[in-house]
Amino acid sequence: MRVTRRRLIGSAAAGAAALAAPAAIGAARPHVVVIGGGAGGATAARYLARDGKGAIAVTLVEPTRTYHTCFFSNLYLGGFRTLESIAHSYGRLAAMGINVVHDWAVGIDRDTRTVALAGGGSLGYDRLIVAPGIDFRWDSVPGHGIAAQNAMPHAWKAGSQTELLKAQIASMPEGGVFAMVAPPNPYRCPPGPYERVSMVAHQLSRTNPTAKIMIFDPKPKFSKQALFEEGWAAHYPGMIEWLEPDFGGRIDEVRPDAMEIVSDGEAVKVDVANVIPAQKAGRIAEIAGLADASGFCPIVPATMQSRMDPAVHVLGDATIAGDMPKSGFSANSQAKVAAMAVRAALTGSTAFPPRFSNTCWSLIATGDGVKVGARYEATEEKIAKTEGFISQTGEDAELRRQTYEESLGWYAGITADIFG
Amino acid sequence: MGALRLLLTALALALAAAGARAELAADAVHDLPGDPERGAGLWRLCQSCHALGEGARNRVGPHLNELFGRRAATVAGYRYSKDMRRAGADGLTWTADTLHVYLENPRSLVTGTRMAFRGIPEEADRADLIAYLRRFSASPRDIPEAAPTAPPRDPDVAPAILAIEGDPAYGEYLAGECVTCHQASGTDEGIPSITGWPERDFVTALHAYKNRHRPHPVMQLIAGNLSEEEIAALAAFFRGVD
Ligand SMILES: Cc1cc2nc3c(=O)[nH]c(=O)nc-3n(C[C@H](O)[C@H](O)[C@H](O)COP(=O)(O)OP(=O)(O)OC[C@H]3O[C@@H](n4cnc5c(N)ncnc54)[C@H](O)[C@@H]3O)c2cc1C
Ligand code: HEC
Ligand code: HEC
Repeated sequence: MRVTRRRLIGSAAAGAAALAAPAAIGAARPHVVVIGGGAGGATAARYLARDGKGAIAVTLVEPTRTYHTCFFSNLYLGGFRTLESIAHSYGRLAAMGINVVHDWAVGIDRDTRTVALAGGGSLGYDRLIVAPGIDFRWDSVPGHGIAAQNAMPHAWKAGSQTELLKAQIASMPEGGVFAMVAPPNPYRCPPGPYERVSMVAHQLSRTNPTAKIMIFDPKPKFSKQALFEEGWAAHYPGMIEWLEPDFGGRIDEVRPDAMEIVSDGEAVKVDVANVIPAQKAGRIAEIAGLADASGFCPIVPATMQSRMDPAVHVLGDATIAGDMPKSGFSANSQAKVAAMAVRAALTGSTAFPPRFSNTCWSLIATGDGVKVGARYEATEEKIAKTEGFISQTGEDAELRRQTYEESLGWYAGITADIFG
Repeated sequence: MGALRLLLTALALALAAAGARAELAADAVHDLPGDPERGAGLWRLCQSCHALGEGARNRVGPHLNELFGRRAATVAGYRYSKDMRRAGADGLTWTADTLHVYLENPRSLVTGTRMAFRGIPEEADRADLIAYLRRFSASPRDIPEAAPTAPPRDPDVAPAILAIEGDPAYGEYLAGECVTCHQASGTDEGIPSITGWPERDFVTALHAYKNRHRPHPVMQLIAGNLSEEEIAALAAFFRGVD
């Protein structure tokens, strides 16, 4: 161990020497462009600016001025959070010297290393970080589509969609039906749909206790299933019906005009339909040729570099991250690995071994929180899980309450880590 | 423990059996490698704050009857510190093993414990005292010997580990993993602050997770993956953050 430490210190010193060189000859600062100011992109920009201590120029391209976190958006639906409390802006990132450009990236020319912006401008880069999150496969649910997203909202990108869904839940008739069409794997936030159902049930049990919830699921099992099912039985008895694929879960089509969901040839009339389509990497990744046939982007685990182009790093939900789930926590963790690799490549700073981890909390009812988490390592082939843990069924109320309190601490911590 | 010591313990048991809580002691104390008679003498270290036995009430500290198998921070009517309540909620349960750790250095197990007690450095003394406390617990009837996976009995963080000088630059990198949950500003909104701690306390706390003395699964996982050098580096880095 002592040897290891000496080696690390030694290489840090070597790194510092390499760093000094370009500054001495007064070379222009290397420029990193980050596309996407979400959990992954904003973290990467912040760590590059902070740890680079001015040696790297950082531009963050993000169309929205206010980012609503998907994490805790279910708690907003459940009445535990306000929308304002999950809204974040880019002021502190700008204040630390990051050039925040509110625009869409519409093209990436990987040969000339330039990013084209919707507003007409373009940005050259030495390294590019692409973290656009997800886009939907609009054709994955027959009858649904981009034009139907207001009648049958996904609310799988937070903000106006989430507000819309909440309003629809509030105006459900007494004893009405809330239906969710759950997404197939892989998708953003594996426990998310089931946390959402819990939060909708919590809300309905207070305002509309005879209402029903149906989940049409294309998957035969889901994340934290035993924990959710235990919680639903305890807190919302008789309210939630989960339909697995072979028993009505696999749907034929949705009919937004009639507010119907058709499965096994039978149309079910519903009052609210939360349709969460299948997913793929954000479109810009596809346009730039960074995604493969799966729709997501293959990466080199140790550095998060694109397998298509070593000058590009891809982060977060857009990637094929091996055993790591698509979560805000994962995106934040991957961003730090990428930022370190980029910094090392551009300034010669030390590249320490990458460290990946994730924990996802879910709220089932008031004070009833559960969690699942793991650590990962970068192998040649993928980001591979090394060990993990999950809350147990039958845990006492005290532990569940504490788990919930922890999730509040985590939300405050990670959003400070992402946005400053 | 030698055969002679066992014999003495058995004798002590037989003597104790004449006392008020005879049936309890007879089949229970067997499993604990300690001399309860000697432990009775050490009880004076606790007496100023805790009561034990018939009619014991909460005093400065909670009463210690039925301590074995009891979840930490669960005596009714006693106001525990926030950290002891957290540990109890996490699942900390009093057994011979956890008592060894707590009595050796209370803060290594529960950072903000209100028990102002320096600790008992000698393992044999702790064992004797624990054997004595055991007499006042009816359950569990059997205390199994430490399971093969159980944490080591000796909670000490070796002086050599405490002496490792951490590299704060490496600590700063490693801290990236921590600040997803622990705010760099030191604010506690549900996850405790870890900034500005004396390095010794920081190292001791992380080793208490690494050794699985502290029950929290997230922190066990995280600390379990940190080497002694890395823990020292983190301690050095967070020491300087405020
Ligand atoms: C209901 C729900 C609950 C969740 N709960 C949790 C949770 O409890 N814990 C957890 O860890 N995770 C949770 N998640 C998952 C988490 O929100 C995502 O995994 C995380 O946001 C992914 O980060 P990202 O940076 O990859 O993408 P995003 O955070 O989506 O960021 C992508 C950004 O890129 C921008 N962008 C897209 N295209 C372009 C372009 N062409 N040019 C410029 N900018 C562009 C977008 O505007 C967006 O701001 C939840 C998700 C949902 C839907
Ligand atoms: C100076 C007073 C003081 C002394 C001396 C003291 N304790 Fe404590 N003890 C406390 C207080 C106060 C608490 C409650 C701690 C908290 O809430 O953090 C406590 C808590 C405990 C607990 C946890 C009880 C529970 O219900 O979870 C145990 C076990 C314990 N003490 C054992 C001992 C033993 C054994 C000794 C003697 C070696 C001892 N204490 C000496 C004050 C003291
Ligand atoms: C996933 C969230 C998470 C991450 C990441 C995390 N911690 Fe923790 N940490 C916690 C929680 C929750 C607790 C409270 C645990 C308990 O109840 O014992 C805690 C407790 C601690 C404590 C004891 C605090 C006290 O008051 O006793 C220390 C020290 C600590 N963590 C250090 C670290 C370090 C160092 C890292 C990074 C290597 C880290 N943690 C990463 C969630 C986290």
